[in-house]
Amino acid sequence: MNKKPVGLLALDIICLILLAVATYLALGFAPMEANMGNVQKVFYFHVANAWVGMLGFIAAGVAGIAYLRSQDPKWDIVEVAAVEISLVFFLIAIVLGSIWARPVWNTWWTWEPRLTTAAITEMIYLAYFMLRGGIEDPNRRARFSAVYTLVGAVSVPITFMAIRFFRTIHPVVIGSQSAQAQGGFNMTPDMKVAFFFSLFTFTIIFIDLFWHRIRLGFLANKVEELKLKVME
Amino acid sequence: MADKEKPPAHSGNFLKAVFAIAWKDLAAELRSRELLSAMLVFAMLVILIFNFALKLDARTRITATSGILWVTFTFAGTLGLNRSMAVEKDRGCLDGLLLAPVDRSSIYFGKILSNLAFMFIVEAIVLPLYSLLYNINLFNPGLLLVILMGSIGYIAIGTLLAAMAVQTRTRDVMLPILLFPVVIPVVVAAVEASGGFLQGLQFSEVGYWINLLLVYDVIFIAIAFMVFDYIVEE
Amino acid sequence: MDKKSGTVIEVRKLVKRFGLKTILRGLDFQVDQGEFVALLGPNGAGKTTFLRILSSLSRPSLGDIRIAGYSLPSQAAQVRQKLGVVSHLPLLYGDLTAEENLLFFGKLYNLQHLNPRISEVLDLVGLSQRRRDLVRTFSRGMQQRLAIGRAVLHDPEVMLFDEPHTGLDQDACDMLDKVLRDVAARGRTVVMTSHDLVRVEDLATRFDVLSKGVISASSRKADIRSGNILNFYKNSLAGKNGR
Repeated sequence: MNKKPVGLLALDIICLILLAVATYLALGFAPMEANMGNVQKVFYFHVANAWVGMLGFIAAGVAGIAYLRSQDPKWDIVEVAAVEISLVFFLIAIVLGSIWARPVWNTWWTWEPRLTTAAITEMIYLAYFMLRGGIEDPNRRARFSAVYTLVGAVSVPITFMAIRFFRTIHPVVIGSQSAQAQGGFNMTPDMKVAFFFSLFTFTIIFIDLFWHRIRLGFLANKVEELKLKVME
Repeated sequence: MADKEKPPAHSGNFLKAVFAIAWKDLAAELRSRELLSAMLVFAMLVILIFNFALKLDARTRITATSGILWVTFTFAGTLGLNRSMAVEKDRGCLDGLLLAPVDRSSIYFGKILSNLAFMFIVEAIVLPLYSLLYNINLFNPGLLLVILMGSIGYIAIGTLLAAMAVQTRTRDVMLPILLFPVVIPVVVAAVEASGGFLQGLQFSEVGYWINLLLVYDVIFIAIAFMVFDYIVEE
Repeated sequence: MDKKSGTVIEVRKLVKRFGLKTILRGLDFQVDQGEFVALLGPNGAGKTTFLRILSSLSRPSLGDIRIAGYSLPSQAAQVRQKLGVVSHLPLLYGDLTAEENLLFFGKLYNLQHLNPRISEVLDLVGLSQRRRDLVRTFSRGMQQRLAIGRAVLHDPEVMLFDEPHTGLDQDACDMLDKVLRDVAARGRTVVMTSHDLVRVEDLATRFDVLSKGVISASSRKADIRSGNILNFYKNSLAGKNGR
């Protein structure tokens, strides 16, 4: 496991190519949207990143349950990798969402249910890392992390439902626009190509980064083991 | 000796253990009253600060009341949860509980009972006080129902997370950080439903929130019951 | 419930790891009924870890453990009924009285006829006068004695003590020893870790040394000339009384 496996290297290259193509499709190929102008193109990557965030979120939940049932530390490494990736990609999605919102609705933040839930999920992730940082014993750290992942994974969908209903009762007037502010528009076929290709690209990127990060976790473990052997 | 140990009768023993633990917490607290006085003083200070921070006229006061109440309960509740677990950790008492031949989840349920009791006591004092200070009638059966269900959800997840937090280095800070993001559904639902009842809405209009609270309470008690072992066993 | 005649504690190839660090490395340990084993060893050798595993508070990474005929960790609940544990923390509730503490633990152990039993135990540890006093007013020595009371309440077969003399002055230690002798006299099996070789010399019937993750030496008191416990210990660490 010392040299980067060929498969991973190939995947890296594929990702770069896919990303380049996706960028072209989003910026060049897809037509400009009538109402919002060019800034709407942020949407393609915004949704794709949020999608990756979701993948990571689900992966983390699954890894957490797997750890609790098997007590195998490998699942802990997978869980941390999933949470890290989800954290970063939700962050990118949120930032892109802000960039999109500003010119269109004259505000940096819309209290849109999905966006708000993503932000809350970020807070849960931050809490997750603070929890891990405060525990020395690796076994306890893994157990507590898995439990918190489970708790977070269950609470987020419920949070989403709560916020969504809240929003229907208390519509927020964003800037000078109407209450919806959820970026609704109809997609032409060309837009759909760009959209789905972005989703596909970022799914591959997710797999690539996930693999990298898990591998990194295992390597770090190996280093620790070797360190201890040398010290004895 | 006439009183040799009996073989463990697990199911009867479970309830006995739960009530013993709850009783122990309440008896100890009634003596020292440290936890309750801290929670009460804190709650009253929060209400006081809100009085100055939000300058409310008579009309907006009603809509803001439910929010203010739940912020108060949430923060005071954290104090209670922290203290209640800290007692077990500090003198190694948690080990004493773990050494007993009882199901680990009985510790969880015993703690929930006592933590709920503390929270109810605080709420029972804060509500009349708030009523007096702001001339709002808070003796509304719907409101009381929401407070009951919201507190249960809060304490159910709070007790689990407090048991984790107390075993980390940054104990006191850790609990709010872990708790608040995952308890948001309870807060939103409780504030909305409380506000609804105070404004005289019918039950059907706040039904969604009551359902949400019920779902949350049931799900998280079930989850906590299932994972509590992993938190306390090594 | 199958036990070899008289063997109460049986440990085979016990391994305990914390993450990547191995504390106990294939430890073997056997105690027969009625023995009082003093477990000695340098700091950090793993005595407390070992005792925590025996008390069912911690799970072994590998190995077999049987106590009073039950396996750990699979039959932990049954084992706990037969164990009494005293550590250097009192495990008592300061805001309750001595009586209330014992009442609480009695309920957890599902004991019947608690009140007479509590009186008996308080007598045994010499705290009958302080029955209705809050534990937070007790001196450390008294708390340790009450802790022993808590540990014998359910009349366990096996007792585990982790450095019980820690933080006690001479008088308190003497009182504690008296209680320990009473406790041991009733045919119980005792394992006690300690730093205090002089104290332990009187009480124990056997001396084991835990070093480098295994029991490196074990000897019955009768086989060591009086006063030579210290030599035995030092020699064991230097690998001379080796197993």
